[in-house]
Amino acid sequence: MQRFINDPDLVVEDTVKGFVKAHSDIVRLAENPRVVVAKDAPFAGKVGVVTGGGSGHEPAFIGYTGKNMLDAVAVGELFSSPTAKSFHDAIRAADGGKGVVVLYGNYAGDNMNVKMATKLAAKDGIEIATVVANDDVCSAPLAEREKRRGVAGEIFMWKMGGAKAATGASLEEVRATAQKAIDNCRSIGVGLGPCTLPAVGHPNFQIEPGTMEVGIGHHGEPGVRVEKLKTAEEVAKDMVKIVLDDHNLPEGTEVAVLVSGLGATPLNELYILNDTIESEISARGLKIRKTWIGNYFTSLEMVGATLTVMALDDDLKTLLDVETRCTMIL
Amino acid sequence: MQTFDNASSGAIVLSMAERIVENRAYLSEIDGKIGDGDHGVNMAKGFGMAAERLKGKDVALAESLDTLGTVLMTEIGGSMGPLYGVMFTEFAETIQGTEKIDAAAYSKMLHAGLAGIQAIGFAKVGDKTLIDTFVPAIEAFDKTTAEGKSFGEALEALVVAAETGRDSTINLVAKIGRASRLGERSLGVLDAGATSCAIILKELSDGARARLA
Repeated sequence: MQRFINDPDLVVEDTVKGFVKAHSDIVRLAENPRVVVAKDAPFAGKVGVVTGGGSGHEPAFIGYTGKNMLDAVAVGELFSSPTAKSFHDAIRAADGGKGVVVLYGNYAGDNMNVKMATKLAAKDGIEIATVVANDDVCSAPLAEREKRRGVAGEIFMWKMGGAKAATGASLEEVRATAQKAIDNCRSIGVGLGPCTLPAVGHPNFQIEPGTMEVGIGHHGEPGVRVEKLKTAEEVAKDMVKIVLDDHNLPEGTEVAVLVSGLGATPLNELYILNDTIESEISARGLKIRKTWIGNYFTSLEMVGATLTVMALDDDLKTLLDVETRCTMIL
Repeated sequence: MQTFDNASSGAIVLSMAERIVENRAYLSEIDGKIGDGDHGVNMAKGFGMAAERLKGKDVALAESLDTLGTVLMTEIGGSMGPLYGVMFTEFAETIQGTEKIDAAAYSKMLHAGLAGIQAIGFAKVGDKTLIDTFVPAIEAFDKTTAEGKSFGEALEALVVAAETGRDSTINLVAKIGRASRLGERSLGVLDAGATSCAIILKELSDGARARLA
């Protein structure tokens, strides 16, 4: 393994320590070292915005802590949900007296731990709302959307929820906005190479040279389809087709686009993909309002990329323009 | 009537932790085939931490199970932290205060653990999860005692059924959890949770059987 680690069992601890040192102008650590908090949170009279998830997706989730974004983030082991205790501590750290919304991804562990944490928080007298992201198109058919995984669309959900909370909106308004944001998101991942958990030491699965996995998960879950690796143009066309066929948006709809690397794909290849992605989206009569490209939501050193398209209405357009102050440019 | 002593059986949890730590690489390997390969790592971390806290303390089985359950629930996230955490704390609560554990108390303990798991997870038999090990194991235990056989024989039947249940997951398509998104591609592989559950139940039941009086 060619990796920069100290102890494979302390990868998360060491990551968070380095992160907090680098970004002490934006974040701080809670008493629980598995909870990262926006520097000046909680904000009195503002709905607290919380997420949490497994590590190994950096800059997600901790990198989105900050002003007009997330107030607190629960940090889990690599690819493993944070504990109920950490979610609970994150909720408490974000509570400014107006309730807390927990915006997280649809995974069995997160569902259980958030459920237990909200029970604990309710005992503290904190009003809680939750939104579960399920934007990954290939993880279940549209008719069973509640079974779909949450992937990079979570970033849009956080941004919209965080921006709405910053306007002084109520808990229900923030929840409804975050729900609308994720309902308006569709994502697809394509994997070209697997990833390795340092403590395991070898890849979880193989992707044969010359092939690609369409619909790959954010944790090295194999994709739902293995195909011959095609040109970037053909891959991008496939990605747009899968996302937009599922989305079924009326012509003229404005959209926000996020193209994220999965960790080991060079940025230039994301631009190559985006060249076709933008043309294909425009060819369908949709209007791109804004595009983000970079390693926004990764899976350790997986080779591959994800595409997320969020449909915008007037409300979401306004929120999209709200400036945030976190480690990633949004 | 056969029973075993609660107060002097805390070491069962230590040997359970040893088995889990030994199987760290194996559990991660089978998890990696259809999941993300961290099952062994997280289980070994949680059970190892609990063992550290219990070593040299010579506490009762109920207290040891409670320590293990609390560590899993508060320190280990994922799905297995809350699921096994709830199971062990329910086990502990059920036998807390019972000096001599007989077959009826043991059965009650197992049922409470299962009910705890089912209150937060939604898996049924056949979904390719730890439930495929746990449910037939309890059924075999209850059936054997209902036939008038001894506590010891019921424990043996439990271990056999747990391992058969574990093996049944090879031919199942995952319906819940991360592997469920793979559909048919999850066939032919053991479920990691069903496998760790078989290790846990075997160690607990063998430990109890060795202490029967």
